[in-house]
Amino acid sequence: MAYFSPLLALALTLFFGALLFLALGKNPLTGLQVFLLEPVKSRAAISELLLKTTPLVLTALGLSVCYRANVWNIGAEGQLIAGGIAAGSTILMFDNGAHLLSGGMVLVLASLAGVVGGALWASITALLRDRFNANEILVSLMLTYIAQLLLMYMVNGPLKDPHGMNFPQSRVFSPEFLLPMLVPGSRLHVGFAVMLVATAVMTVFVYRSFAGYRLTVGGLAPLAARYAGFSSRRALWTSLLISGGFAGIAGAFEVSGPIGQVLPSISPGYGFAAIIVAFVGRLNPIGTIFGGLILSLFYLGGEMAQSRLGLPSAITGLFQGMLLFLLLACDTLINYRLRWVAQPQS
Amino acid sequence: MSDTPLPPRLELSGICKSYPAVVANDHVSLTVAPGEIHAVLGENGAGKSTLMKIIFGAVKPDAGSVRWNGADVHIANPQDARKLGIAMVFQHFSLFDTLTVTENIALGLAADVNMAELAEQIRQTGKNYGLDLEPHRHVHTLSVGERQRVEIVRALLTRPQLLILDEPTSVLTPQAVQKLFVTLRQISAEGCSILYISHKLDEIRELCHSATVMRGGKVTGHCDPAQETAASLSRLMIGAEPEQEAAAKPHAPGELRLQIRQLRLPRAHAFATPLDGISLELFSGEIVGIAGVSGNGQQELLAALSGEDRRCKPGMITLKGKAVGHLGPNARRALGQSLVPEERLGRGAVPEMSLTDNMLLSHQRAPFVVNGMIQFKHAIQAASDIIGRFRVKASGPAALAKSLSGGNLQKFIVGREIVRNPDVFVVAQPTWGVDVGAAAQIHHEIRLLKEAGCAVLVISEELDELFDLCDRLHVIAKGHLSPSISSRDATREQIGLWMSGLWDKDGDQDAARGQANAAGELASA
Repeated sequence: MAYFSPLLALALTLFFGALLFLALGKNPLTGLQVFLLEPVKSRAAISELLLKTTPLVLTALGLSVCYRANVWNIGAEGQLIAGGIAAGSTILMFDNGAHLLSGGMVLVLASLAGVVGGALWASITALLRDRFNANEILVSLMLTYIAQLLLMYMVNGPLKDPHGMNFPQSRVFSPEFLLPMLVPGSRLHVGFAVMLVATAVMTVFVYRSFAGYRLTVGGLAPLAARYAGFSSRRALWTSLLISGGFAGIAGAFEVSGPIGQVLPSISPGYGFAAIIVAFVGRLNPIGTIFGGLILSLFYLGGEMAQSRLGLPSAITGLFQGMLLFLLLACDTLINYRLRWVAQPQS
Repeated sequence: MSDTPLPPRLELSGICKSYPAVVANDHVSLTVAPGEIHAVLGENGAGKSTLMKIIFGAVKPDAGSVRWNGADVHIANPQDARKLGIAMVFQHFSLFDTLTVTENIALGLAADVNMAELAEQIRQTGKNYGLDLEPHRHVHTLSVGERQRVEIVRALLTRPQLLILDEPTSVLTPQAVQKLFVTLRQISAEGCSILYISHKLDEIRELCHSATVMRGGKVTGHCDPAQETAASLSRLMIGAEPEQEAAAKPHAPGELRLQIRQLRLPRAHAFATPLDGISLELFSGEIVGIAGVSGNGQQELLAALSGEDRRCKPGMITLKGKAVGHLGPNARRALGQSLVPEERLGRGAVPEMSLTDNMLLSHQRAPFVVNGMIQFKHAIQAASDIIGRFRVKASGPAALAKSLSGGNLQKFIVGREIVRNPDVFVVAQPTWGVDVGAAAQIHHEIRLLKEAGCAVLVISEELDELFDLCDRLHVIAKGHLSPSISSRDATREQIGLWMSGLWDKDGDQDAARGQANAAGELASA
């Protein structure tokens, strides 16, 4: 039943989406066709779909671990940006014509820098929660805005292209420092393969490893975790560092992949969309791939709807929001029954 | 009572209720006269709870009729039941942890209730019936026994015509049970009928006017419990007499396994009980009991013993000669201690996880976990072995912990801790809410442990259980621990008195120290 809920929510989202197109004066069938089918019409389109799926799934893998442990990290977007800054800085440091290291080595270093950057950003949340019992939802969310401002500072300051006509952006990376492509002629890079491997690893971690078991017990029954002797502090740090690391590498892949430089904006909200991906995927690593494909489709569908139907870009956010709320409603209504009771007379 | 001109207060006939896998009630009939105290006897799973839920409107019967004061009624929901004058005290409490006693009770009443007056009413009712309560306390700070008091007071406040009590005495001292009986007799004399669900045959024989015995969803007999013996009632209930355990052999104390020395712990939160000067020695091959009304420091002592509360000085608790006061649960497990906590769901087991997964809470080493990976094959095998050996009624090792009945989950958890072959076994409320058959089995397993040389500490509120099981008894009251007394020399009256904290503090402690020294010398000899 729990796995049926996302399907039901998706169907309802499409239904309400059709109503939305109707209300906007568009033919709902054309609307849905543009929104859902255009993005998967050709091989090139599908490679774009998988490209956008990559950061969504990577980030959601980490978030699933957090949410299983009852640690509510809402700031994956900030951790993704921090990872992107770290990776971009690393590449710019080596991309100076000196050829100190090979392109492949630099990309490995940059990816690791992304992991460390994201984990460091998440560790601020862990530290504040651990030391001062600060609410991790608020802290991680607010750190997202700080990360965005940090990115603005970096592209206006240390990372700014000296020959960039004063535009707030870094140099464009040389081709050897860009992630190699999986499919020639497309933009689908090796990050997608890394994502698939990471999904397999996280599946083993969550369902087979004792460390994953400890986190799940801590989330489901904190008293049982205490009885068993599992440290709640360790669970907090582990889950936030894992989650920050995954968001960080997602940011690193964006910067060293499709973007190819450091820009004032390196993510159209992947970190927030990944929250929905994690829940649609039922906090199951393999499930996040399905969730990632759906949310990626919504991103592309939103772009299509803008160009083909002249609808505002907010359409993507609307579909994302509908999916999340309908999913939460389905989860609730599958487990509970609504009863209409008469207002008491007094 | 049958010749009274009044119609029966409650008359059930031909009640049937089936669930997908089980027939919970099969043509059950039952008649309760006004002012009658009527016992419903049966093991867990006999269908008592379902029947009570039907009477209370919480479950809809598939067939059968309910008559109330001579008129056919249809009880669609608990509100209907309350309107008729039916009040129920559930075995599993329905209280909100984050609300106070008064707020919890106000939830069942009209929205415009005056909270100050209600608090006073609660205090007064509690006082009248010997169920002392602090109305402003939050429920999460109350022990199991205190929570039950809230439930009983809540029921009494509605001035019911029929009061349903589900295992009400399991957490009361003998004196408090007698006091409750006085109350119940008073309520019944005022014309209120009482349905009394219990498995304590002696209590039923003492208190109840009539009894309905159930087994496997069917009524197996109606009787006057005063005319029956415990053995004949038991036969009706489980179809056989319970196995009689041989009387406990006087034990020769072995080596000192667990020692608590002057344990002192300040309260961890506003309503906790601070522990002070607790000293206890536990030798191999003996069972030592700690009696006491809940809320007197049992939870705190248990947390200190399990390693969940690590605030005490290392030397205050020694396990097999090693100071462990500062060590966590796993370090103590490694030294050979097993512990069964009071709460089964949520602490002793994760409700949403399978029995296999729940094995790993206390089996965290090879062969269950190798190189950080869970060896599921082994865990499944171990869980199945426990299900088989301890006769746990479960669909298999994949069954979720929450799908098991309280008694079966308790058997599983006790089994999980016993198969670790512990040197020290600490168990809290081993048979709380567990049916007679399961309780006898758990007691049997605990005795086997002792015979195998394990040192066993039982913390319980059931005196029968403690007298039955233990070689020596302590009493905990207001965070202090009494000296130990041989359970053969102790009387229920004396232990009951000690439960109020009335023991001769100086003289007895010296005597206890002398005994302990003697025991220690024996051990070292």
